[in-house]
Amino acid sequence: MITELQKKLQSLKDSGKKFFIPYITAGYPSLAITEKLVISMEQAGADAIELGIPFSDPLADGPIIQLSSYEALLKGVTLSGIFEFVGNLRNKTKIPIIFMTYYNPVYKYGIEQFSITAEKYGVSGVIVPDLPPEEASLLIKSAKDHNLAVTFLFTPTSNEKRIKLITSKSTGFIYYVSLAGVTGTRDKLAISIQQKIEDARKFTDKPIAVGFGISTPMQAKEVAAFADGVIVGSAIVKKITENVDKPDIIENIKKFVMEISNEIHSLNKG
Amino acid sequence: MLPDKKGHYGIFGGKFVPETLMSALEILEQAYNKIKNTKEFKKEFNYYLKEYAGRPNPLYLAERFTKKLNGAKIYLKREDLNHTGAHKINNTLGQIILARYMGKTRIIAETGAGQHGVATATVSAMFGLKCVVYMGEEDIKRQELNVLRMKFLGTEVVPVSSGSKTLKDAMNEAIRDWVTNVEDTYYLIGSVAGPHPYPMIVRDFQSVIGKETKKQILDKEKRFPDYLVACVGGGSNAMGLFYPFLKTNIKFIGVEAAGHGIESGQHAATLSAGSPGILHGSLSYLLQDENGQIKIAHSISAGLDYPGVGPEHSYFKDINRADYVSITDNEALEAFHLLSQTEGIIPALESAHALAYVMKLAPQLSKDKIIVVCLSGRGDKDVDAVGRKIKNLY
Ligand SMILES: Cc1ncc(COP(=O)(O)O)c(C=O)c1O
Repeated sequence: MITELQKKLQSLKDSGKKFFIPYITAGYPSLAITEKLVISMEQAGADAIELGIPFSDPLADGPIIQLSSYEALLKGVTLSGIFEFVGNLRNKTKIPIIFMTYYNPVYKYGIEQFSITAEKYGVSGVIVPDLPPEEASLLIKSAKDHNLAVTFLFTPTSNEKRIKLITSKSTGFIYYVSLAGVTGTRDKLAISIQQKIEDARKFTDKPIAVGFGISTPMQAKEVAAFADGVIVGSAIVKKITENVDKPDIIENIKKFVMEISNEIHSLNKG
Repeated sequence: MLPDKKGHYGIFGGKFVPETLMSALEILEQAYNKIKNTKEFKKEFNYYLKEYAGRPNPLYLAERFTKKLNGAKIYLKREDLNHTGAHKINNTLGQIILARYMGKTRIIAETGAGQHGVATATVSAMFGLKCVVYMGEEDIKRQELNVLRMKFLGTEVVPVSSGSKTLKDAMNEAIRDWVTNVEDTYYLIGSVAGPHPYPMIVRDFQSVIGKETKKQILDKEKRFPDYLVACVGGGSNAMGLFYPFLKTNIKFIGVEAAGHGIESGQHAATLSAGSPGILHGSLSYLLQDENGQIKIAHSISAGLDYPGVGPEHSYFKDINRADYVSITDNEALEAFHLLSQTEGIIPALESAHALAYVMKLAPQLSKDKIIVVCLSGRGDKDVDAVGRKIKNLY
């Protein structure tokens, strides 16, 4: 079955348009601000939003997202709270929401229940960085039953056999992690991103997005030249941290997100 | 034979890691399977266990300790007599030979009490490999002596200030390092935890404890013991003692840290009071809240202060192959003193947990029963911490 998210991203891809997915951590610095950020990022040109579910032990994340996660947990943010938050948000925006969550909160919540609740509140997809496809059969099955896209990640260290597995198991889109490392901002783009994406295209027509380490609007554009979509996380969360006490935080983030979005979408055909 | 092909022990175990590490784990498993049964590897491993670590170590009849408790006969497996003072060296020797075989040039490790850090720093120095050890700031304070030892051995000790600033956070940071430097770096995990194949590899290397015990007890008693008792942090000394006796009906007892008491919520009794979940690469029992956030463990003993446990222990618990019990900080301190004063052996606080349980168990058993306790380490590293705790006593 093809999920709604995949339909949307696939049709963007097929019509020669690039998609942009900004990442923010849910509940950082508060759920009220998260709501405003989602809405303003949509206005700024985001095609979908990746919402980070805070976890106590985010071992795939660098210091920027670690800190945001830690602060959100101090505020008492929980997975079930975020589900309800997305449910409420659905009156205000229809932009696809993709959860980025470590596996334990999902496991504890109940895998089947997670997929059911995601459908109920209108969550479109999920990315679980510590869940390789080999261990994901329960999630894949229940997600399929509930129109939830499951995105797996491939990396510079994935060999052909693994890329094949990952592209075949992903629904929605496929995530290329552009470097061996954790999330964070980097001065330079990793090398051979283009080559690796071309390798993956041998196995799939599904949309491929690139993330990890993309820090500036120009880098985003560079990547968008050969990817279908671009994900920017730490650079935005870092901006949130820098603006955390400022009254114009929403405006400042919106402006930055718009700069990235414009660069990516400048490559749209037609 | 467990684990199965995917690294599962029943529902437990597996590989729950970022994709970047999946190939590395596959390569590690292939390398391990390729060399583990070769003559060359066995010869090299046994050579260093004997000539460098000082094995075999004694299985010592603790006569006065036994007499004091007035019940079952108690033998101590003297891992404290190994070079560097704990069982950890068995595993680090095995893994560093593997790392060298794989052509890795940089070794990283996590440490809690610092014993695994010291053991890793030691074998890295001996083979001339660069070594980086991650250690929580809280543990750095508690185990100052071991931090200095690692530095003397030429290892870089990186303080970890995130989360609870203890072993769990050090392990997060070590995994982040590995994800970043996977090409040249070997991650030398210190317990039967982490993603497959680590729990299996560490179990196999630590099994030397149980294998020696088997021979020694047959020599002395012409029969197997009735009970095997060991403390459980991640579970490597316990697994090493138990595993060679798997096919017997000897009772296995793993002793966890109850900290201030299980009711207080401040403990590290993962198997006794936790529930299944995913942390640090495998599915196993965990201390977690109702939202799946990992709880902070507490124990006076830094080596037991961990909210997870090796997946094979979770399996043993579920199939009732082993019993898991817990011992409070105060009970462990009592055992620390009793062993010191009856036997002239100052145990590590970790091992004192196993001894404290034996203090409860032995008096209930008749004198013809035999208990083997793994004395996993010596107490030198804890002298400062215990001294501060009980300054009124002396
Ligand atoms: C002396 C000693 N015993 C036991 C442990 C606990 O580890 P494990 O449960 O893996 O044996 C440690 C860990 O640092 C230790 O130093």
